[in-house]
Amino acid sequence: MSTDVHRPGTEPAVAGPVVEIDGRLATVAPRPGQCLRTYIREQGHFGVKKGCDAGDCGACSVLVDGVPVHSCVFPAHQAVGHAITTATGLSADGLHPVAAGFVAAQGFQCGFCTAGMVVTASTFTAADFDDLPRKLKGNLCRCTGYRAIEDAVRGVVNVQSDAAAPAVGQSVAAPAGIRVVTGTEPFTLDLALPGLLHAKLLRSPHAHARIRSLDVTAALQVPGVVTVLTAEDSPDVLFSTGRHENRLDDIDDHRVLDTVVRFVGQRVAAVIAESVAAAEEGCRRIVLDYEVLSAVFDPELARDPAAPKVHADKDPAASRMIDGTRNIAAEVHSEIGSVAAGFADAAVIVDQVYATPRVQHAHLETHGAIAWPTPDGRLTVRTSSQVPFLVRDELCHIFGLDRRRLRVITARVGGGFGAKQELLTEDIVLLGAMKTGRPVQLEFTRTEQFTGSPSRHPMRIAVKMGATADGDLTAIAVDVLTNTGAYGNHAIGVMFHGCNESLTVYTCANKKVDAAAVYTHTPPSGAFRGYGLGQIVFAVEGALDEICRRLGLDPYEVRRRNVVRPGDPMLSTTPEPHDVRYGSHGADECLDLARAALDRGNGVRPPAGPQWRVGTGMAFAMIDTIPPRGHFADASVTAEADGLFTVRVGTAEFGNGTATVHTQIAASVLGVPIDRIRLIPSDTDAVEHDTGAYGSTGVSVAGHAVLRAAEDLRTRIMVAPGAVAGLIGRGRDDGSGRSIAFNVQAFRVAVNVQTGEVRILQSVQTADAGFVMNPAQCRGQIEGGVAQAIGTVLYEDMRLDATGRVVTDTLRKYHIPQFVDLPHTEVYFASTSDALGPFGAKSMSESPYNPVAPALVNAITDATGVRFTSLPLTWDRIWAGLAAAGVT
Amino acid sequence: MDLTTVTEVLVARGRADLADPRPGDAYLAGGTALYGDTDDSLRRLIDLTELDWTPLVVRSDGLHIAATCTVAELRAFQPPTEWPHLADLVAACCDAFLASFKIWNRSTVGGNLCVSYPAGSMISLAAAADGRVLVWRPDGSEYWLPVTDFVIGDTVNVLQPGEVLREILLPDAAVRERYAVRTLALAPLGRSSAVIIARPRGHSLALTISASTQRPYTMRVPRGRVADLIERIDAVVRGNWVDDVYGAAAWRRHITGVLAAEVIAELA
Repeated sequence: MSTDVHRPGTEPAVAGPVVEIDGRLATVAPRPGQCLRTYIREQGHFGVKKGCDAGDCGACSVLVDGVPVHSCVFPAHQAVGHAITTATGLSADGLHPVAAGFVAAQGFQCGFCTAGMVVTASTFTAADFDDLPRKLKGNLCRCTGYRAIEDAVRGVVNVQSDAAAPAVGQSVAAPAGIRVVTGTEPFTLDLALPGLLHAKLLRSPHAHARIRSLDVTAALQVPGVVTVLTAEDSPDVLFSTGRHENRLDDIDDHRVLDTVVRFVGQRVAAVIAESVAAAEEGCRRIVLDYEVLSAVFDPELARDPAAPKVHADKDPAASRMIDGTRNIAAEVHSEIGSVAAGFADAAVIVDQVYATPRVQHAHLETHGAIAWPTPDGRLTVRTSSQVPFLVRDELCHIFGLDRRRLRVITARVGGGFGAKQELLTEDIVLLGAMKTGRPVQLEFTRTEQFTGSPSRHPMRIAVKMGATADGDLTAIAVDVLTNTGAYGNHAIGVMFHGCNESLTVYTCANKKVDAAAVYTHTPPSGAFRGYGLGQIVFAVEGALDEICRRLGLDPYEVRRRNVVRPGDPMLSTTPEPHDVRYGSHGADECLDLARAALDRGNGVRPPAGPQWRVGTGMAFAMIDTIPPRGHFADASVTAEADGLFTVRVGTAEFGNGTATVHTQIAASVLGVPIDRIRLIPSDTDAVEHDTGAYGSTGVSVAGHAVLRAAEDLRTRIMVAPGAVAGLIGRGRDDGSGRSIAFNVQAFRVAVNVQTGEVRILQSVQTADAGFVMNPAQCRGQIEGGVAQAIGTVLYEDMRLDATGRVVTDTLRKYHIPQFVDLPHTEVYFASTSDALGPFGAKSMSESPYNPVAPALVNAITDATGVRFTSLPLTWDRIWAGLAAAGVT
Repeated sequence: MDLTTVTEVLVARGRADLADPRPGDAYLAGGTALYGDTDDSLRRLIDLTELDWTPLVVRSDGLHIAATCTVAELRAFQPPTEWPHLADLVAACCDAFLASFKIWNRSTVGGNLCVSYPAGSMISLAAAADGRVLVWRPDGSEYWLPVTDFVIGDTVNVLQPGEVLREILLPDAAVRERYAVRTLALAPLGRSSAVIIARPRGHSLALTISASTQRPYTMRVPRGRVADLIERIDAVVRGNWVDDVYGAAAWRRHITGVLAAEVIAELA
């Protein structure tokens, strides 16, 4: 017992076995104020995860004397004398039936929530199965949409493995499954490094300020503080936290630590200490003198010459921004044909302004990284990243390191959704490790995810769309303003991509795009699932729905009339040729399947009462299967002496299921069972290069490289005169096999016009995924995309106050969908096979998100007669809109 | 989360251990609120859980709920037959929580009152049942007051430094009654935006408005349809609607009227 925990009238107990964890006695006394979660982890049990650290997400669930609790809000000293069981302990004597259920149902994607899910579900009695929405409301999953979790809890088997058939095309279980469900699969920070130091970031309280002075004297006197990193330690190198294959695709406007802060929450200094507590205390002791500067928060005002400047100090050409004196990060103006002529030919013109908000990715594993020097003189960074190779390359650029000196690895990543296509922690830990010569870890809190990490670009999208009386589009003009926040990471890419497939999807002779990404003194925006398409598809599909309503035309038929077809040029902002080809075309099938499913219905009735109005809505989206401007993957497959085959590939597994698919591909090509394939992913030492897990490329690019490597090895084996052990096949993909894929989402909803409540009665998504490599996983990607988008529409409301401070800085304030919030989505696949994708497969991770928001809002419009154009559409806003329109 | 500014935990064994309050103290029970938020001013936690207060005591004057009684213990309580509707009221108020049953295993009724969130549905429960609270002063004295005078704002209550909420009494007359409860949030099981409760009180009804307002309000309304209901509510609430991410003020006022009409109709 700690001498700091006093029990008056009793002798302080001597240190000794105090807490039983999974049958092992922990002999270390908890610190005063320590929660059980960190106590358990410090004893070497990593089966409890940190999702929120506030009792909201359940990733840290454990049993205390058999009773389920959230260990992050359990005082550790109260656990003394009690027995703790984690997900690992549950399966200590063989896989627990509930854990086995999660494997058999493929009841996880990234798996970061899974240990807590298993622990929670292990306590369920038969009666609880009738009340899963309530019993599981304390367990948040950002990946699955919960259908697969319900299947797991109910014992539904979704995985399949027929050894006689090729592995591709089967719902093979994820290779890490048993480790994930027992809490033993190591995520980024699940390792115990001797001598580990902890970094904490001091963040700016001002939206715009110059640091006049920064005094670390008192901070360095805090016991345990080792050093403080400030702007003086920062190389004078501008870079972007956003990472792309070509670093010139992003704006160099960011420093490791700067002397000017441009948003509330920007990092100012990093204290490195023996403990998190000491590092936090060090942050509190830093004495700062800020010269507070005026700030601009409203993107509509940012381009005003009188507006405060965010990056006027930068050379626009060198940084690759448009105009720092007018806060313009990126811009495009284009016209194909003549929209004026097109509107003159139109029978109906819709002219609307749509608005989309910030959206937080809310991946359950927060950003985190560890850097350490190795005895060979190199440095290793282990990070929760979608792009380990790009992180390595940029770290080398920033710190002037030779690439051979730096190794970047990712373990299993606990969700990303684009948020981990950034460099947010790695530079700090690397700088700390170089300065101290010791391992340094930085783990973001959940609040730092909201305040110090990028969210989705807020956009204002004006759409003007004209059509003939038959519904043929005559002109589309969009005027887009995206708010990139204080830094330009992904500003260019999101703006261009957002304006691309949202417009190329329809044949229309006259298209005009005016778009700008502007700087404001608000938290930076960044890559988010859909990469701009989610926002602009919302506007375009809303406007097109309005055209259908005004013309009285079938929305499915209008899409069918206008969709690009083989032979049509795919045009948005430029008539120049590009490399996207019609490798397949499943639009018609997706439209037919969606309409048939909605017509068929599902028997779910609206709640009783005249206040409940029912409507249907749909939307359509197209995506290029691979991002433009280069996406590369190298892979190798080695025949081992023990009969196994080792696949090395650079891309990261973050819940997208690529580890499974790569295993399936190699097994299929080599004609061996999947259990003979071993995967070594996401290690810069393992292969030459990999652009990374973004743009839904895990199958379409990295999978292609694995396919070629396996084929190469198969050929070598066939011609090998003797032993095959040691033979290596190599493969590469350059991301040039770009095709298109379609998704259609349809909803039937009920809206309570008295309260604004929405009930989703039926949800259908149809997907043009090409050959489906792993049906259970692909269905999961689609359900997860639908789930995330429903959250975007109905629940997630990220707010800043008048000073630019994020108000909604916890998962309690920022409501991501719970089990009860989501319908079961019917998923149907078109029977396409793509000429360009591996085995005919196409990407299907981002695209399912894109048509959901407009489909849902179109359905709400159909139910109520009121067109909503702004997200989020929370129930109070729906009620306010209906009341304003006189609908009661 | 770890409370890294805390340097000491005092596990209280008797009332004498509560006599020496200091700046930076916080009283601790299950920890779900304290450990769920950052507060750099904390230095010492005074753990009340080993005072071994009996969670629930039935007496002739009503139900005595210790401040350290967990929500789960209250939820599992089987009331005497004289109080046939109490379990339904408790269940409805527990379900009004955003927090899961795993939190209920640790969070306490007293803790919920002391945090004093508008959406604290133990506050709603106590207010609807004419609950009174017993507060211990550090000097050894104590006082009772109605829960509607205890919670006086959004996360504001009357407790002075060093004062401890000891128990909540739900009077016998109130817990004999039947209740109608309606809740609404911005999501089906989200954090409550309004918790509206009514019960018969003689020839009229006692209507409790909570969660939508910065503090709980109780008012008398006639049985049957009340034509000027929202005006009556406005006269009591006087604009103290909560306006935050869990619901805009105008909507909260509107749904308060809708839900109030429903509970009145249910007891008509």
